[in-house]
Amino acid sequence: MGILDFLKRRPEPTATVAKERLRIIVAQERSTRGAPDYLPLLRNELLEVIKKYVHVDLDAISINLERDSGHEVLELSVALPEGNNKPGAAAPATS
Amino acid sequence: MTAEIIVVTSGKGGVGKTTTSASLATGLAIAGKKVAVIDFDVGLRNLDLIMGCERRVVYDFVNVVHGEATLKQALIKDKRYETLYVLAASQTRDKDALTQEGVEKVLDGLSEEGFDYVVCDSPAGIEKGAHLAMYFADHAVVVVNPEVSSVRDSDRILGLLASKTRRAERGDSAIKQHLLLTRYNPARVAVGEMLSVKDVEDILGINVVGVIPESENVLAASNSGVPVILDENSFAGQAYSDTVARILGEERALRFLDVQKKGFFQRVFGG
Repeated sequence: MGILDFLKRRPEPTATVAKERLRIIVAQERSTRGAPDYLPLLRNELLEVIKKYVHVDLDAISINLERDSGHEVLELSVALPEGNNKPGAAAPATS
Repeated sequence: MTAEIIVVTSGKGGVGKTTTSASLATGLAIAGKKVAVIDFDVGLRNLDLIMGCERRVVYDFVNVVHGEATLKQALIKDKRYETLYVLAASQTRDKDALTQEGVEKVLDGLSEEGFDYVVCDSPAGIEKGAHLAMYFADHAVVVVNPEVSSVRDSDRILGLLASKTRRAERGDSAIKQHLLLTRYNPARVAVGEMLSVKDVEDILGINVVGVIPESENVLAASNSGVPVILDENSFAGQAYSDTVARILGEERALRFLDVQKKGFFQRVFGG
């Protein structure tokens, strides 16, 4: 332990770290709650197909399942990158 | 008249479900209600030990479900309170021993016997036993520790309560959810080592119905088979009394959230 260690910024309290981690994971799990188990798989396969045409990352695709009285709506949205990304283009999307 | 059904659940194990079920049931009995507390943990019977009636178990929950004993035969009357009864879990290893129809029959039977409250002590996990314990509930007490895995699991349980219960399926009014924070250590919260009451409320988006401080008296109570709510000198016991009063609709401020400073005599003589 160095003599000047006391000058260093005190580490973030672990409770704060725990709260932040939980806030994120709980929000994520709530958004997929009640959805069928195949949704993550569907999302990955769709991504593969879309990648053949445009270069997007996983975060660019969101899948929502909404239940209305009597019917369910599967909503898929893909944020396309700006510019002209051809399939197999080396430059990844930056947007 | 139908009994109000309260499930005590959590998802994660070891957070204090059985301790809570025992104290909640006892507290309701102290308030003059006729109460049955049922152990749903088939194969891992424990509520009888916490209630101190383990040597008086003759018939159990599964016996009643299978028609091998009547409800009257299987209900164990508490030694301390006239209106408090325990229905022990079976020690069978058959996980399918309980069925939805069987559980419903027992709960209906308890209503017919004039019980005001039925407290269902859920097993850990989200498997069949936990599902059956919550399915018929009117109220849910979700027990949570200020710790990451417990908080995450309790959020999962809150989701199941809102979707996989009879009230949810029938579109009746929602189950009344009560969040109970147990094993709370104000000293560790004060130095940022433990999630605070507010942190847990913020993350889960629901207010607590009670906060039970971590206490040596909880182990002492389970050692002797006396629900900790009966230890009136302990903070945990008093916090459980407050919690029961709140569930019954009374307004009481939260206590024991701050670090307790030891007085001079306590420091010298201990305690």
